Amino acid sequence: MDLAGLSTGWYLALSVALFAIGGVGLLVRRNPLVMFMCVELMLNAVNVAFVALGAGLNDVGGQVAVFFVLVVAATEVVIGLALVVAINRRRSGATADDISLLKG
Amino acid sequence: MAEAVFAVSAVIILAGAVGVVASRNPVHAALFLVQTLVGVAVLFVLNDAHFLAAVQVVVYAGAIVILFLFVIMLLGVDKAEELRIEPIFGQRPLAAVVGAALVAVLGTVVITGADVLTGLRRAGGDRALDGDATDIERMGRVLFSDFAFAVEITAALLTVAVVGAVVLTRRASRSDVAASGEA
Repeated sequence: MDLAGLSTGWYLALSVALFAIGGVGLLVRRNPLVMFMCVELMLNAVNVAFVALGAGLNDVGGQVAVFFVLVVAATEVVIGLALVVAINRRRSGATADDISLLKG
Repeated sequence: MAEAVFAVSAVIILAGAVGVVASRNPVHAALFLVQTLVGVAVLFVLNDAHFLAAVQVVVYAGAIVILFLFVIMLLGVDKAEELRIEPIFGQRPLAAVVGAALVAVLGTVVITGADVLTGLRRAGGDRALDGDATDIERMGRVLFSDFAFAVEITAALLTVAVVGAVVLTRRASRSDVAASGEA
């Protein structure tokens, strides 16, 4: 790659920072919806790393991997939000702590 | 030029990420998520992944965030969350420690491994990025040759997800309840 001196290492550093922010958010927040958004942040951090490394290695495989990550992220969000809707129908305003026993 | 674009989009991405984690209102968190996703799309363009940048904006910023907003509005959970109370004692400091450890471990891997990883140059061929083909053409070729089986599995996964979402959110109708009561 080496786009005018911009090395893959910078992309990986950004990816690490984004992944860590998403991970901390997942641990700290209680609202299941916001926790899902933090998972999306972590997935995007991985996507940045995939594309940068693919460009660095001159291989389209990185972009293909991002394609599959996008699909899996979409299905994950669909199922996750369906679960959130189903849980909120039974008990409204539930946080991650309220449903920690995994029974109604 | 590339450095300037990278620096600006990195700031946008990280600011959006911090906004997702720190905003009290879920709607604001969703909008900060859009900011991060668009920043990542800019980085994709910078790496000549134009198709992925378009898909990132359409699928992520379009479909997924809109789905989030729909569910937020549907459930009426758009009231601000009280972030000061800590339901589990010592959770925040522990989360900060885990985050710092994550940065340390991954940073070590990047610093020690980046030269090795980026030093392995592929010989080229169909999958090389420096040919004449556009990125969408290359991705299409590789997806339907090397990754054809994965594409089929993906199709099955999407079908399962659609059926699963319908089953999970369906209200049991009266006849179903009656039938299960008799059985």
